[in-house]
Amino acid sequence: MSQPQNTENQSAQAVDEHRRNFIGTSAALATLTIAPGVMVYGLAHSKPADEPVSNKVRWGMLIDSSKCADGCTDCVTACFTENGISLPSTPPKETDSQWIRKVELKDMRTSRTQSLPVMCQHCEEPPCVDVCPTGASFKRADGIVLVDRHICIGCRYCMMACPYKARSFVHETLTDQNPDVPRGKGCVESCTMCVQRVDQGLNPACADACTKAGHQAILFGDLNDPNSEIAKRIASKATVQLRADLALNPGIRYEGF
Amino acid sequence: MASITFSELKGTSTRFWFLAGLIGLFAALGLGSAYYMEHHGHIVTGMNNSIVWGMPHVFAVFLIVAASGALNAASIASVFGKMAYKPLAPLSGLLAIALLAGGLTVLMLDLGRPDRLIIAMTYLNPKSVFAWNVLLYTGFFTFVAVYLWTMMDKTKVTYTKEAGMAAFIWRLVLTTGTGSIFGFLVAREPYSTALLAPMFIIMSFAYGMALYLLVLIAAYTGSGRPLGDAILQRLGRLLGVFVAAALYFVFVYHLTNLYFTKQHAVEKFILLDGGIYTTMFWLGQIIIGGVLPLIILLNAKLRASRTLLVAACLMIVVGGLAQMYVTIIGGQAFPLDIFPGWQESSSFFDGVTHHYAPSLPETLLGLGGLAIALLIVTLGVKVLRFLPASLADADVDPHKKA
Repeated sequence: MSQPQNTENQSAQAVDEHRRNFIGTSAALATLTIAPGVMVYGLAHSKPADEPVSNKVRWGMLIDSSKCADGCTDCVTACFTENGISLPSTPPKETDSQWIRKVELKDMRTSRTQSLPVMCQHCEEPPCVDVCPTGASFKRADGIVLVDRHICIGCRYCMMACPYKARSFVHETLTDQNPDVPRGKGCVESCTMCVQRVDQGLNPACADACTKAGHQAILFGDLNDPNSEIAKRIASKATVQLRADLALNPGIRYEGF
Repeated sequence: MASITFSELKGTSTRFWFLAGLIGLFAALGLGSAYYMEHHGHIVTGMNNSIVWGMPHVFAVFLIVAASGALNAASIASVFGKMAYKPLAPLSGLLAIALLAGGLTVLMLDLGRPDRLIIAMTYLNPKSVFAWNVLLYTGFFTFVAVYLWTMMDKTKVTYTKEAGMAAFIWRLVLTTGTGSIFGFLVAREPYSTALLAPMFIIMSFAYGMALYLLVLIAAYTGSGRPLGDAILQRLGRLLGVFVAAALYFVFVYHLTNLYFTKQHAVEKFILLDGGIYTTMFWLGQIIIGGVLPLIILLNAKLRASRTLLVAACLMIVVGGLAQMYVTIIGGQAFPLDIFPGWQESSSFFDGVTHHYAPSLPETLLGLGGLAIALLIVTLGVKVLRFLPASLADADVDPHKKA
């Protein structure tokens, strides 16, 4: 009885190998066939270059300071690398451009400490846009606040008006710029929420870097979409707007402090 | 009243050309500094991402505010119908235009991209108080130029009162606009108050009048034309009232802030432990720019001395520059409170007093603006009939007892 069983097992193994090869080849072929389709589907979900941005979307970020690790500056490094900004000098100079920075906080009464990133808060009512004489500071329909480098005259009134110290002025000639992120001496600049990535359906560099580091303190998404994770978390948890007293309704929210 | 004859300054003396040359040298240094700053970027200034407006803005805003005040004499003559001020009106208009031109030159040359000036004039954001100011400056030049035209062209003299009224209203609007540049800044504790607009107006009365008196006395002393004491006494007394009113506004501004607990930190910074800003406030703005000139100007005997009158005017100008330094730079040196109740620190200088040390080029640019204004006046009175041949008391005031 045992012999025929062995023979049966052997032939079953042979059949299995054949099937395995067949399935493997089919899977590879299927991947090759479907992958471009999946990519195209992904790109279809990002905005085509010639389509105007829509106010149906409002991009925002939720920063959980309880997950933001003390001493970790991966978000800052990722932002500077993505946008072609030199890392702050050591010791830092007040003329260095900083689109995002880690702020260390200490409660004045209890001495409890916190650490969190601060960048342009992408306000719904941005004071920088209000005061800009030429309209170079502007807000896109999807809530991203930007500077039009073609008409910024470098008056720095927006820097006077910003409650978050979010803007930098380019104090000297720049070299080695990232072609996707034009910058220029004599103009003001700030966090663009990595608009060049967002328009391709990607996350801002800081959010991806934070996830990669395992902290997941920065959640990016559409505040207007009730089914998005960011909207759900904001709806279910207590979050904070910086300088909420100014009623600017920033697109960046904080929790955990 | 004897009819007043206006005539050009001869301006052929060595002293005149030396003076014009000296002013021209400062104007050239200012322009050269602007080129240097433009070439290297603002890295060669003391300005940075925390103190974004520096010495050029101290001079520019001072000159723009003073421009409005320089029109005092003309406004009193045309709007309030005081005959004694009529001979003083053309110089008043010229100085107003010159100071505004000087201030705007500095403001423009300090831009990160001064080459884009045309954009500033053609792309206007209707909600920006800066954009409103572009229109206010243009309007001021226009109204004062038309006003000067009606004064100096004998065929247009019938329109002087209307033109004077328009210029008067416009100067008040202009300085409201200048004060609101700061008053509308919601995020910074030292600003964001409607009081800044009227405070700038009353300060403009003092700064502009002080500069006017200095130019008037210099022109008449330098050219040897008669200048009566009575007119100087009147202008000096009026200047004293303006200085007192400016001090009153400063008092109310700080009193209100001291009442609000949330403003205590910024008040402590300016009034007590802000280092250079505290010194500038008490010594520069209050004592040199306020108390000392007031002692001279409100005392008839003291202000009768031309030396003391000139000293009072110079002190008001110095005090005015100190006030702008405290308002503009001190206001930015105090850190933004992004996280109330928390002590903040970062590589971007959150939560600390911001550092500013003015560099030579930006200071020369500021001084260059003053020089450009003075150069316009110096050349203006040489080529056009801005100055009465005599401002002797008997020629100016019909009621003056012989």
